[in-house]
Amino acid sequence: MTVTAPESAPVAEVPKSSGTRLVDRVFKMRELAILAVFLVMIAVTQAGNSEFLSEQGIKDLLLNATILVLVATGQSLVVITRNVDLSVGSTLGISAFAAGTYLQGGGNPVVAIVLAVLLGIAFGVLNGLLVSFGQVPALVVTLGTLYIIRGIDSIWVGSRQITAADLPDGFIDFGAGGVSAVPWLALIALAVLVGTAYYLKHFGSGRELYALGSNPEAARLAGIPVRKRILAAYTFCGALAGLAGALYLARFGNVDSGTGNGYELTVVSAVVVGGVVFTGGSGSVYGAALGALLLTSINSVLPALGVSSVWVLAINGVLLILAIAVDRVVALRVASALKKRNARHG
Amino acid sequence: MTHRSDTGPAPVLALKDVSKSFGAVRALRDVSLELFPGEVHALAGENGAGKSTLIKTLAGVHRPDAGQVLLDGEPTVFHGPADARDAGIAVIYQEPTLFPDLSIAENIFMGRRPRRALGRIDHKATHEATLALMTRLGVELDPDRPARGLSIADQQIVEIAKALSFDARVLIMDEPTAALTGSEVARLFGVVRTLREQGAAVLFISHRLEEIFEICRRVTTLRDGAYISSEPLEGMTEDDLVRRMVGRDLEELYPKQDVEPGAVALSVRRLTREGVFTDVSFDVRCGEIVGLAGLVGAGRTEVARAVFGVDRWDAGEVEVDGKALTNGAPSTAMAAGLALVPEDRRAQGLVMDMSIERNIGLTGLRTTVKAGLMNRGAERSRSLDWAVRLQVKYARIADAVSTLSGGNQQKVVLAKWLATGPKVLIVDEPTRGIDVGTKAEVHRLLSSLAADGVAVLMISSDLPEILGMADRVLVMHEGRLTAEIPRSEATEETVMAAATGRAAA
Ligand SMILES: Nc1ncnc2c1ncn2[C@@H]1O[C@H](COP(=O)(O)OP(=O)(O)OP(=O)(O)O)[C@@H](O)[C@H]1O
Ligand SMILES: [Mg+2]
Repeated sequence: MTVTAPESAPVAEVPKSSGTRLVDRVFKMRELAILAVFLVMIAVTQAGNSEFLSEQGIKDLLLNATILVLVATGQSLVVITRNVDLSVGSTLGISAFAAGTYLQGGGNPVVAIVLAVLLGIAFGVLNGLLVSFGQVPALVVTLGTLYIIRGIDSIWVGSRQITAADLPDGFIDFGAGGVSAVPWLALIALAVLVGTAYYLKHFGSGRELYALGSNPEAARLAGIPVRKRILAAYTFCGALAGLAGALYLARFGNVDSGTGNGYELTVVSAVVVGGVVFTGGSGSVYGAALGALLLTSINSVLPALGVSSVWVLAINGVLLILAIAVDRVVALRVASALKKRNARHG
Repeated sequence: MTHRSDTGPAPVLALKDVSKSFGAVRALRDVSLELFPGEVHALAGENGAGKSTLIKTLAGVHRPDAGQVLLDGEPTVFHGPADARDAGIAVIYQEPTLFPDLSIAENIFMGRRPRRALGRIDHKATHEATLALMTRLGVELDPDRPARGLSIADQQIVEIAKALSFDARVLIMDEPTAALTGSEVARLFGVVRTLREQGAAVLFISHRLEEIFEICRRVTTLRDGAYISSEPLEGMTEDDLVRRMVGRDLEELYPKQDVEPGAVALSVRRLTREGVFTDVSFDVRCGEIVGLAGLVGAGRTEVARAVFGVDRWDAGEVEVDGKALTNGAPSTAMAAGLALVPEDRRAQGLVMDMSIERNIGLTGLRTTVKAGLMNRGAERSRSLDWAVRLQVKYARIADAVSTLSGGNQQKVVLAKWLATGPKVLIVDEPTRGIDVGTKAEVHRLLSSLAADGVAVLMISSDLPEILGMADRVLVMHEGRLTAEIPRSEATEETVMAAATGRAAA
């Protein structure tokens, strides 16, 4: 360079500037918005039907959300890496049946849960290996495993069915019990959720999941073990789907070869409504959990208000599209705000 | 192992007879290079000569097909970028490799952050270390803002900070200065000198030859993937270096033709975009080349984008040939004969996975589409014509743009817009990353376009280019036009004074 500025302005102290806060705020706002919609919905329903928020009512709301929250938490990790796992419904179904079969013979509930989780991990590893080493798009791979696992499930289960009568009483009590209005199952889901969120924020490998979803090529250049991380995300997702299977069994006590059919779409909806962006790199598990809570409570709200439940699907769809539209608008806003700041600060 | 019988220290990092091919393209042929501690080494060569490929070989991104990488004299195989990094090699790649969703601090420390107990990230330490780096580089960037939306120059600064963030024994920089102006480059060189004194080996690439002479001690030259020479810069002239790079003498770098300016073609009146630029007024006449100078972040690119309609303006007006343009409508601007060659070729200029032919053809769809059908033949001949005129170096015109070297991608962007036959041409950093030979060619082209009556507005961070090519120089400082300097009075001093806001010339 031939030109050197004779004097460069001393660097002013970098202000704890509006950019950060703005972006932070937007994303927190995204979660707050879902929370607000949820609370309004609950309030309106309560006003229309004072039975709604009885202890049993609250318990039902939480129980219904629990399983979806668990699976959505796992799914978020995968979506953050710019992938998707469509096989979670099948995994949930087969693990639930496996746990049930074991308990039928009078097994130990803890071992049953571990069994379900291990089965989920096995399928998660399979998905992870196929996606990270096969260089095949995740959508295609996991659509394949969705059918494969469902197929194995159908052959193995046939027309058999497990009912609550086949299960030990302790297990069923565990599924229904809790601390006053808060079920054990919800506590488990909450623990997993908080743990995962903490991991994503405070551990290097957690941040690397965001990095590789944000820019896979740059992740490779930065020396991030891309395949290992993707494999880990799928494994974790599978493990949670397995755990969800065991909890499903505890909650409903009723499993057959159709259990969890089509569940992957509900999970993906919850994740997207919760603000985990499909192109990877952003979103939080708290958002996904709130999305799950919102979607499942619509199921309870409509009957409580006397609306036919045939509306549920349509409303879910509207929510989904609304969420995506809001994300888009917010993204544009943030982009232009950042651009203005660029120009000012250089 | 062959040791040099030099008295000097042994090379920290070296390449020995390395070759690398991509399909039929032989990007490197028997290339050798030695990097010594405490020395800045330049790598010179035209666009597509193989410089970036060489760097990626040193960085563990590419494995050489033949030959060896030597670390402290020992043959080494890097299995990936992580291996090279663990060996103390820091690399700034030519194209920024940032994570748009993550904060600047996280981008800089990805993979090796300060830790607290139990392996948790120390967010506070990361933040502070980033601030310290920014101070060292003399820039104001908020460590917590996401990398999305950073200007090219800021992206380059983050890349530099990333490379400086660990105590590298070897620092490799692939065109780190391409988007920077004088003061940022001066800061960078200050930091590089310090590292050199601390004993780091540095490899530096730039198409601005004066930078090479300023900071480097030795230079290795490549031509078409082949090793030409490795020698001290002392005693060499720029012409010597150019001759090694291109294999012949070079015509004049700034072939400016004198043209009598005609009617006003582009008229910008009191244009304001809140918080970005304020009250910007200027005219560009037919046949004129007007330079727009200023420091990084002065608002030059933003003015160009607003004029073209990519961004909206809040007040003021823009006229082309006396007709007012609609606010925020690039299609009407294009219809009025305006063309904008953007600064960020990856994000705005090119569709990376599309062929060279299709990329150049994109802007011409209006002329090559008849009755809704594309005339692929017309598109191909038009694209070939421009690719040849700009000397784009490619294997086949149907190859994806992403396989081209950085400078050749820039030429494709230029071709794409020149092919529209514009009345008013706005070029934002037209020669960023372009080698000297082609730079002269681009300048000749701009000059002859002006001679044909095209009005040219040229934004450039390369001050010699502005001084060499512009009939008039407009200077921006913090979002305002601070000076308008005719060619006869434009010097480095007058322009820099206005750009740093020290005096209104
Ligand atoms: N991934 C790839 N696939 C195919 N060809 C490639 C690839 N990378 C580089 N090349 C080719 O290798 C040659 C050398 O490219 P390289 O990027 O090393 O050039 P360069 O010297 O860095 O040029 P510039 O100054 O323009 O950046 C070019 O012909 C380029 O098209
Ligand atoms: Mg290059």
